[in-house]
Amino acid sequence: MADTEISTTTDRAPEAPPTEGERRSFRDTLRSAEIDARLAGMLIALAIIWIVFQIVTPGHTFLTPRNLWNLSVQTSVVAIMATGMVLIIVERHIDLSVGAVMAVVGMVMGAFQHDFLPDVLRFDHPLTWVMTLALGLVLGAVIGAFQGVIIAYVGVPSFIVTLGGFLVWRGLAWRVASGQTIAPMDSHFRLLGGGSDGSIGGTWSWVVGIVACVGIVALQLTKRRQRARYGFRLRPMWAEIALGVAGCGAVLAAIWFLNRYYVPAGIVAQRGLPPGTNVSQGLAIPVLLALGVAVVMTFIGTRRRFGRYVYAIGGNPEAAELAGIKTKSTVVKTFTLMGVLVALAAAVQIARLNAAVGSLGTGIELNVIAAAVIGGTSFTGGIGTIAGAVLGALVMQSLVSGMVLMGIEAPLQDVVVGIVLVLAVALDTIVRRRAAR
Amino acid sequence: MRKRRVWALLGLFVLVLAACGGDEDGGGEATGTTGGGGGEGITVGVSWNNYNEERWAKWDEPAIVGALDAAGVKYISSDAGSSAEQQLADVENLISQGANALIILAQDGEAIRPAVASALEQGIPVIAYDRLIEDPGALYITFDNVEVGRLQAQAVYDQVPKGNYVFIKGNSADANADFVHSGQLEVLQDAIDSGDIKNVGESYTDNWDPAVAQTNMEQFLTENNNDVQAVVASNDGMAGGVVAALEAQGLAGEVAVSGQDGDLAALNRVALGTQTVSVWKDARLLGQAAGEAAVLLAQGTPLEEIPDTVSFDSPGGNQMTSIFLTPEAITQANLNVVVDAGWISTDELCQGVEAGTVEVCG
Repeated sequence: MADTEISTTTDRAPEAPPTEGERRSFRDTLRSAEIDARLAGMLIALAIIWIVFQIVTPGHTFLTPRNLWNLSVQTSVVAIMATGMVLIIVERHIDLSVGAVMAVVGMVMGAFQHDFLPDVLRFDHPLTWVMTLALGLVLGAVIGAFQGVIIAYVGVPSFIVTLGGFLVWRGLAWRVASGQTIAPMDSHFRLLGGGSDGSIGGTWSWVVGIVACVGIVALQLTKRRQRARYGFRLRPMWAEIALGVAGCGAVLAAIWFLNRYYVPAGIVAQRGLPPGTNVSQGLAIPVLLALGVAVVMTFIGTRRRFGRYVYAIGGNPEAAELAGIKTKSTVVKTFTLMGVLVALAAAVQIARLNAAVGSLGTGIELNVIAAAVIGGTSFTGGIGTIAGAVLGALVMQSLVSGMVLMGIEAPLQDVVVGIVLVLAVALDTIVRRRAAR
Repeated sequence: MRKRRVWALLGLFVLVLAACGGDEDGGGEATGTTGGGGGEGITVGVSWNNYNEERWAKWDEPAIVGALDAAGVKYISSDAGSSAEQQLADVENLISQGANALIILAQDGEAIRPAVASALEQGIPVIAYDRLIEDPGALYITFDNVEVGRLQAQAVYDQVPKGNYVFIKGNSADANADFVHSGQLEVLQDAIDSGDIKNVGESYTDNWDPAVAQTNMEQFLTENNNDVQAVVASNDGMAGGVVAALEAQGLAGEVAVSGQDGDLAALNRVALGTQTVSVWKDARLLGQAAGEAAVLLAQGTPLEEIPDTVSFDSPGGNQMTSIFLTPEAITQANLNVVVDAGWISTDELCQGVEAGTVEVCG
């Protein structure tokens, strides 16, 4: 699933402005093909993790369509938030409040659709989900902007502001329903969380795959043409074709594999189909949301002025300020964007759980930050990719899911994830230092 | 530039103060006296750790006050607002206000010990309410968590005497998680040993987080290719996550699922048939027992002579005098219990329930 992402972004080195990327591209074959070594490395690491789990899990259940489909859904919540966290860390800030904001937004959305809307509209009204989601996104944006303003204009370090937020929003989340669980959710809203009804089926999954494929090729063509126009060095033709084929192939293979996960027998019976019917589940809606967010965020991060500003501020805040970039409003925008993404993740999470609980997102800020960091985002600022963060989230969730399949207890799982986190960053640091030499 | 910053800061302060002000008011109300005139000149002080939690105000406090009123005893209280330090001061204040007995809902069972020791030295008896305080001089009143586990397992076992079981346990750092699980095993161990029940998946759940429980359940279902007949989940929140995972496989209602707490959402699931049992701890019984014991203790009754006490070896190695209340298993058959108790309204309980399937829902 994440392969779509990588292939759309491997053809550039997003951590550096493109003009600079050109000059470095003489090093070796890899460089001349302009394959992002870090992303390639992560893909290899992911492949190793998957293969090891496939071998060691009892019954060899890891690399089954069903488990990978589960994995894709389980990853989506963290992946959605990690895309925003990348920009925040790139800007040399941090957001510790995402789990707590998720809780308060989730509780408000839960209460709104469960207690408020049914009285105004009616139970299970088709507009319920739209209004709920809209309210959540607006609330997320307001909370994000509020924190951003304190950080940018008052000058309180983001660590402190969001640490405060971590306590404040969690407490307020509790206040929304006095700690009660709010359930069930509206039936349309639940589709946001996936499940058999919240998936698009085999045919549409193929459509998505083919569109992604066309997109990859179109992107390569546009870029090649643009480079030719400005007289930049072109990537060798063999590399261009190989990348296109690999990207397209990976996307289509992923779709093919995931489509082999069929709607469970119990659901088939509920739908009144003859027993034994094999209907593909197809991609789950939360996975599509996560992929969509990743594509849009990559676009914003690399092709829009706002994104360039973010990387510029992270690279050198003083220089960015002197260059006339409105650093403060950019920071506020980044945190606002983060708030919106958190709200979206909260919607997916409560839809998936079919309940809004005060403990929603407890500790998830650490997973989100870890995903971004494993994905190559650097705390020194200016460095980090959206695709990397999504991959990082997938790596983390793969580890956890695999260990559950192996029957490893929760405290030990934390130990492994913690070690992997430090190891990943250590490796990255060493490689980067060598490259700098 | 600088001026604007000052204004922003000022605005922030006002906001924060406003928020604190609101809290202050709530605390003030909580400290009100509701005593029945102090017929015998006895005062019982209650130290809440966090009165903001709905449960204490709604269920526990009225029950305690009711028991004290019946004996004509005066009630005073304080709220520590989730602060262990504040609670130390609160206990001293209650004593200086003339409390003859203390009921303490500890924020931190360790940190409160100096205050408890000092109260006991002054001859003021202490009741550890719902949470353990490691001091053998205190009376520990709580629901029996091991019994909770037994009731969960029994209800599930009654429905599925043979088959593949999954255990969704609580937070690994929480002693209650293990108490509950030990109770579950007491009931099921024989069947596990004889092979009738196969443990096909077992996991602690970080922070009792329903989302984690859901993910773990998905993995267990994948691993066993949906061949799971029963899930012993330790509380209702996690049971919710388990049921969501089962629903995605079209298995909800076919697999037995346990829980505890009597969450409104869980009771609704019991009515719908997607959850088998929720073990309910009626907070009013707890409050009443504590109130009655406090009156007896204040009148000078020794610990051992309080009715219904048992000796309990605490995890900290103390031999505690304790009262363990028996929780109640709520299944589809006795949903009327929670409705009659006013714990849940029929509307909430029966949302989405088909007419004629559950007696209470008509």
